[in-house]
Amino acid sequence: MNVLRIAWVIARKDLVVEMRSRELAYTTLFFAVACVLVFAFAFIRQGRTPEDVAAGILWVALAFSGTMALGRAFERERQAETLRALLLAPVERASIYLGKLAGLLVLMAAVEAVVVPLVALLFDAPLWRAPGLLIALLAAGTLGFAGVGTLFAAMLVRAHSRDVLLPILLYPITVPVMIAGVRGTAAIFAAEPNFDAARAWLSMLVFFDAIFVTMALWVFAPVMNE
Amino acid sequence: MRLATRLLPLLLLVTAVFFIRAPFLIKAAPIESTMGVVQKIFYFHVPAAAATFLGATVCGIASILFLWRRRPMADHVAVSAAELVVTFGVIVLITGPLWARKAWGIWWEWRDVRLTTTFVMWTTFAAYLLLRRFGGPGSNIMAAAFGLFGMALVPIVYQSVSYWNTLHPKATVVRTLPPEMAGPLWWGITAFVLLFTALMIVRVRLEAGRAALEDAYVELED
Repeated sequence: MNVLRIAWVIARKDLVVEMRSRELAYTTLFFAVACVLVFAFAFIRQGRTPEDVAAGILWVALAFSGTMALGRAFERERQAETLRALLLAPVERASIYLGKLAGLLVLMAAVEAVVVPLVALLFDAPLWRAPGLLIALLAAGTLGFAGVGTLFAAMLVRAHSRDVLLPILLYPITVPVMIAGVRGTAAIFAAEPNFDAARAWLSMLVFFDAIFVTMALWVFAPVMNE
Repeated sequence: MRLATRLLPLLLLVTAVFFIRAPFLIKAAPIESTMGVVQKIFYFHVPAAAATFLGATVCGIASILFLWRRRPMADHVAVSAAELVVTFGVIVLITGPLWARKAWGIWWEWRDVRLTTTFVMWTTFAAYLLLRRFGGPGSNIMAAAFGLFGMALVPIVYQSVSYWNTLHPKATVVRTLPPEMAGPLWWGITAFVLLFTALMIVRVRLEAGRAALEDAYVELED
């Protein structure tokens, strides 16, 4: 079997487990909604939304809920020692990484499908101005975030105080993704939209994704070698 | 390492000479016309920044060596370099805003690429140290992977913030350096690189000793 097929098997396993319990989907989704709610109370003054906050709120909510999903996804593997079983399987480490990443991407996409319209509704963001571009920005940003996050969450499985270490490690490294994601989305949502800028930020995100995923693939095997 | 240990007293002496002479050179340097005397922070700030970036590079390279070769020495070098990044980074992050307050009228400017990059890098290496301290067993391997990302992050953040800048052009202070100012600056950079090297040697020795002691304990218990 080649790397991608094994990755698909692992991703499908994660998704089947998730479909049966729906633990991650529900908790992550409501965590993201709760974040948006807190922001609503923090930012809305006299019933009006300040300009230019929707993009920031959206990305922060996604980063927070994504961190939680990453931690929980690997906590599940740790509880029954299934990660060890996965690592003992005679397959390439890269396919394990890709499989976990794919499972998380599907989960985060499901969360985004609810949170993005919610933010648009509550903060008056023009969702239909450039839907294709917005989806591309979200997809590229999520890939960059989850690409690094899957590596870190996987290696932290055996660490002490992993719950707090994951965001501490993940947020500084994903700063470029956040800058590009927020700027690109803000360029679409702005009163005078600048689609060229949004496209430029998108290409930058794709560039970050390539670097991050390559490095994570490269590092995953030596880190998970125990 | 043995050679480095032998040369350490000499290195410390040279470093001391550099640091003692530096204030005189800085005093002798001309006072910058628009910013005045506060510009002299520059002779301290830039060398500290050079040491910070040097440390990040050393830590990244040592992390690569440790990840694939598993040489304990590489790990000792990586943790020592990361500690020095955080230490020199504090100097940079304190002296920078002090100067900016006077020169730009504000303590911090998010759109300035150097400020933001340094801050993100400092946070990354502080996180590296937290991981090593609280990660428990095996945290040195995790930290090596993280250190590698930390090193790669520096040019990426630099690029993304400067791109953000180009989208929103902003007048920046353009500095051209006359030779009577470049002299003290290079003197300062040399002093800080020497200090960095001396501290590295001391810290790596300490780390190697600590690891040897730990191995001895483990052996005793077995």
